[in-house]
Amino acid sequence: MDFGSILSNAASQLLGIDTLVFCLAAIGLNMHFGYTGLLNFGQAAFVAMGAYGVGITVTYFEGPLWAGILIGLAAATVLALVLGVPTLRLRADYLAIATIATAEIFRFVVRSSTFDTFTGGSNGINGMAREFYANNPFPEGRYGGGPFSYNERDLWIRVFALVLIALSLVVVSLLVRSPWGRVLKGIREDEDAVRSLGKNIFAYKMQALVLGGVIGALAGIVLSLSRGSVQPDNYATQLTFLAYTALLLGGAARVMGPVLGSVILWVTLSLTDTLLRGAVSAGYVPTWLMDGVQVGQVRFILVGVALMLLMTYRPQGILGDRRELVLDAR
Amino acid sequence: MRLLLALVGLFLALTVAGPAAAGPAAVLPAALPSAASPGPTAEPSGAATGSEESAQTINVRVRDDETREDVEGVGVTVRYEGEVVGEGETDAGGAVSFGVDETGEYEIELDLQSLPEALAGYGVAQNPFLTRVDPGTPRTVAFRLAPGAGEDGAVIDVPTPGFLADIPWRLAPQYAVSGLRFGLILALAAIGLSLVFGTTGLTNFAHGELVTFGALLAWALNVLVGLPLLVAAPLTIVLAGAFGWFQETYIWRALRRKQVGLIAAMIFSIGLSFFLRYGFLYLFGGETRFYRDFSGQAGLVFGPVRIPPSHLFSMGLAVIVLLAFAFSLLYTKTGKATRAVSDNPALAAASGIDVDSVIRTVWVIGTALAALSGVLFGLTQGMDFQLGFQVLLLIFAATVLGGLGTAWGAMVGAIMVGLLIELSALVIPPELKNVGALAVLIIILLVRPQGLLGRSQRVG
Repeated sequence: MDFGSILSNAASQLLGIDTLVFCLAAIGLNMHFGYTGLLNFGQAAFVAMGAYGVGITVTYFEGPLWAGILIGLAAATVLALVLGVPTLRLRADYLAIATIATAEIFRFVVRSSTFDTFTGGSNGINGMAREFYANNPFPEGRYGGGPFSYNERDLWIRVFALVLIALSLVVVSLLVRSPWGRVLKGIREDEDAVRSLGKNIFAYKMQALVLGGVIGALAGIVLSLSRGSVQPDNYATQLTFLAYTALLLGGAARVMGPVLGSVILWVTLSLTDTLLRGAVSAGYVPTWLMDGVQVGQVRFILVGVALMLLMTYRPQGILGDRRELVLDAR
Repeated sequence: MRLLLALVGLFLALTVAGPAAAGPAAVLPAALPSAASPGPTAEPSGAATGSEESAQTINVRVRDDETREDVEGVGVTVRYEGEVVGEGETDAGGAVSFGVDETGEYEIELDLQSLPEALAGYGVAQNPFLTRVDPGTPRTVAFRLAPGAGEDGAVIDVPTPGFLADIPWRLAPQYAVSGLRFGLILALAAIGLSLVFGTTGLTNFAHGELVTFGALLAWALNVLVGLPLLVAAPLTIVLAGAFGWFQETYIWRALRRKQVGLIAAMIFSIGLSFFLRYGFLYLFGGETRFYRDFSGQAGLVFGPVRIPPSHLFSMGLAVIVLLAFAFSLLYTKTGKATRAVSDNPALAAASGIDVDSVIRTVWVIGTALAALSGVLFGLTQGMDFQLGFQVLLLIFAATVLGGLGTAWGAMVGAIMVGLLIELSALVIPPELKNVGALAVLIIILLVRPQGLLGRSQRVG
């Protein structure tokens, strides 16, 4: 096996689009789950808001890209308000069921042929990133080297994503160190205690839900611009659960937790993927045990195993503090 | 020694360098148009299952939009970049699968001339249908046949039911029976989820996979081993009970002993669900499967309703099992103990009930019932690795509607959800019918979180 190419493949995942997208999605979830204790299982819907906001504005209404981005973020805010007003009073596990149901309702609706003039039905929206790449500040050419060799398009979307990640991290780290952030952690630890101090818990939870949702929508904007298309089935529950895996791996309630988590997640998945592919095509793995198709499925099995092991042995993840994160309901 | 290892490593690297480098490239479309596939043909399903080399599957299903009958013997052609890569005919379940090597845009066309005589002049909304195949994921395309094909017999306007206008009331009895069947089978699956929640507080996201477990295990025993379904199904249920016992003993009880919190346990169940679901995909592939027995039966006609005997049998069996279960919950010692633990585990333990043994019983019975529900789902609508995950949210809807933690609630809720899903297709497009059930789930959580039959208590 060519270990050089396997390692370089894995290294390129450090700045892979998936890594950057899940980084943003998990930073949003960290706001919900890590700092406020809201078990939002509908993050996929917030991510989809960003993607469909840009997609529908740019292709159906033929509006400018900046309007699409603003509409995407506004849509995520509206979703947070609509979802939050009724559900934030629910207990954690009920909130989880309500949010996952909302996300699936949204996906069913956008992929149905009833609204396909706007959403493209199950085929999604294509050709929505032209303006983004037309405004590319980098001239044509090759940049970087080794595993990080990009053309001007790859470089532009990565720089765009990295700026968004950096901004989100700055905002989150300033906020959670502020008095506002301490109230959030207080809500996570003991809602009644914070309520007895005269804080409006509902308003704090709602603000956290909106902020995390908007950061999630940024993930959708990056994902859709990088592919130039929106596919409804990319916004299924798997996206939410992969983002949770990244968050819990890195450590919830830590600013850098989601970043570390998504980098480790995607580098590991790439490593196992290419290693297994290499081993299968070289014949080290007998075909009755695994063939080329099955290699792609191993990654989800591994994600499942990772979640189970994390929850059993290290629920606080790599960076987290076990005392801070008492995962419990009722 | 180190040198020897290095030499071995170098040798390995040399032998593998070529194919390994080609490995990742295979994901890209147009990388190997002629390399991997022997000819431009894709094998229709049924012929070869485990041995096929294709990277992706396209599942095509053809059914009559009005009666929901699967349509057999319809010619299907699959094209990739204008070239025919697969041809086949739908089987008794109205399904045909194609293995395809490339990812990208595919064109799927129905041969409308090959429709059965009863459906002559029928058409579909889009023919050929364009679809996108992503790496490693099966793609399902469902064609819904409706009367009134256009001049060319191909592209027509399917009459989309408008809101409250042109409601096809004559179909209501047929839909109601379908809904009742769906609800009864769903109830079997919902009981386990509800009882586990009631006795341990765990919201088990891996419960849907227990349904898939039953369906696929029975399929393996029926089709791969060759047992008749009437033998395979009871065997499956016994094995599923054992699986439930195994899970409780080695996973969930161990987690409770370790004092893993409920939310952590719930996220653990999501991990388990991923593990099992993609494990099923790994073992069984992505095609839609049908049992060898009882598929494609002609329907019996009762007035406005047409129902195949196997569906009637499924409904009858579900009713009997649900009644037997309800009876045992009411009158047997274990049943009473289960209700006591559901109500208040600490008090039950203090009154001398062995809480651990009750929970074990709940897991065994809950898993066995979920597996039975999987077998019946497989019998009535076919199965794939996602079957359970697709009904999981409907199971949640059913249990929440009836009242989480109560067995009665799960049954009543499931039947209501089943009826709601099927009857809502009278007024909304059928592809959105699950949305109604999920919306009810959210509304019930807001208005009456304890469910219809639950006792009022604070859940927020």
